[in-house]
Amino acid sequence: MAAIELEGVVKTFGPIRAVDGLDLSVPAGICLGLLGPNGAGKSTTMRLLTGQAIADRGRLRVLGYELPARSKDARARMGVVPQLDNLDIDVTVEENLAVFARLYRVPDIAAAVDRALALARLGDRRGDAVDELSGGMRRRLLIARGLVHRPRLVLLDEPTVGLDPQIRAEIWTLIEGLRAEGATILMSTHYIEEAERLADRVALMARGKVIASGRPGELIAEHAGRRTVEYYAPPQARAAVRRAAEAAGLGVRSAGPALVIVGSERAPAGLVPEEAITRPSSLEDVFVELTGEELE
Amino acid sequence: MRRIEPAAVLGVMSREVANFRTFWRSTTFSSLIEPMVYLLAFGLGLGTTLVTQVDGIDYVEFVGTGMVATAVVFASALPAMFGTFVKHRFQRTYDAILAAPVDVEELVSGEMLWIGLRAGVFGTFPLLVTIGFGLEPVPGMLLVPFFAFVTALAFAGFGIAVAGSVAKIDQFNYVTTLVITPMFLLAGTFFPIDQLPEWAQVLSQLNPLHQLVVLVRDACFGFEPTDLLRLAGLVALVFAMWRLAVRQLTNRLID
Ligand SMILES: Nc1ncnc2c1ncn2[C@@H]1O[C@H](COP(=O)(O)OP(=O)(O)OP(=O)(O)O)[C@@H](O)[C@H]1O
Ligand SMILES: [Mg+2]
Repeated sequence: MAAIELEGVVKTFGPIRAVDGLDLSVPAGICLGLLGPNGAGKSTTMRLLTGQAIADRGRLRVLGYELPARSKDARARMGVVPQLDNLDIDVTVEENLAVFARLYRVPDIAAAVDRALALARLGDRRGDAVDELSGGMRRRLLIARGLVHRPRLVLLDEPTVGLDPQIRAEIWTLIEGLRAEGATILMSTHYIEEAERLADRVALMARGKVIASGRPGELIAEHAGRRTVEYYAPPQARAAVRRAAEAAGLGVRSAGPALVIVGSERAPAGLVPEEAITRPSSLEDVFVELTGEELE
Repeated sequence: MRRIEPAAVLGVMSREVANFRTFWRSTTFSSLIEPMVYLLAFGLGLGTTLVTQVDGIDYVEFVGTGMVATAVVFASALPAMFGTFVKHRFQRTYDAILAAPVDVEELVSGEMLWIGLRAGVFGTFPLLVTIGFGLEPVPGMLLVPFFAFVTALAFAGFGIAVAGSVAKIDQFNYVTTLVITPMFLLAGTFFPIDQLPEWAQVLSQLNPLHQLVVLVRDACFGFEPTDLLRLAGLVALVFAMWRLAVRQLTNRLID
């Protein structure tokens, strides 16, 4: 049984179709990266899964429980880490954790708090008010709070958005540890690298729909080939190469001062200028190929 | 799992307790000092020159017992309004709580109970201060925290419902000006309502703060049979406000 199953889910806010016929299945035990640009409907999907938004149409099952009717049973077994920090800032680190251990009906509160503190590596700051923590510590605490009851399923909404690279790496280690323990993870992100590093599978989301899903490597091979070149040159030179690449049926786009040619291994000999930079194709290339929009 | 679970309600209250521990000193200080300031001012200003007795009660004791209602409304309706709005809109606390196995009904019940308990305690402070000013302690006074608790529950529900209904925080001004202030002034705290015109006296019977003032004074100076009716009215109001708060906050929190 899949941990999450969504079929034809629609959620509108007045004229905005935030989620617009979403099909998504997350098998137990994997980390699925929900990748999409701002406004794609990632957070709305997360809110639908926690019963904080009610779908207009479609079927939702979480851990076998039908939503919204059995949402509370599903929430009891699920951990949620929100996109926006909502810790109690005047209260101590350990009290923040203890309150949520109670809300999740954990039998041994003290043990659960100790475990979460170890996970967040905040044991020595347990008595400090959240106010006094650094940004990275706060984010670790926010994640640990969502794990205080050892959930089987974890929803992470943009776990590293707005963090500097060093803190991001810390959070990735934390999530990798969680994955190693066998939890099912649904993680939304608009960082390619995050999805490629952590996700067993990705679902690309745009305008409320999943437009492609699969293992990152397979998606890239299917939609963006093996290699992509970036050609930095004056406009006239780029325009000439662009026409040739389009004529050859390759995916092309402008990225700032560069011309990007996707799946360049299929280019006829001589098309790609020698000074162009070749790199492996990425999920970003897949996304642009499929939607014409940039991710980040 | 559709019913209200005590564990969820207690969990919500435990969050309030954890936060309250960070600011209980200042709240307790002002709750004790404020009635003293009022009683000194009224006692010195009115009590010695213009009025000395109302309905056969010393004016200081009349105001002091009436101020239980003032303390209750300021410890319940206002914290419920501002607290709910801030927790929902600025701190996103309710997003976090509702992602756990807690329903809006349990959230509202926990918030109301906590405010009720807190206002039940703080509402009693003016009575303690008045005893310090010479009011004779009697056993009936032991019921005052309970009356304060019940009334505070109703105002907590009202405050939560208001917070769930307004779009912006400044709209609270309408509610405080049009509802809270008139209720507070016409509760019979500072002057007996039988001096008011007939229609205002009838309206006062609908004012829960007036009912609380009467219950507290009767607890101090002797109960009447009608007090049971007044208490029943307050309990019915608690239930109505609870349902209203659940409905308004559900509309606000669940998209
Ligand atoms: N409560 C709401 N009321 C009205 N519109 C909403 C609401 N929540 C979301 N929307 C709209 O739905 C769309 C999808 O928003 P959502 O927050 O799900 O996107 P997202 O993929 O999480 O974006 P981001 O990467 O910026 O977090 C947006 O157009 C947003 O403005
Ligand atoms: Mg989002």
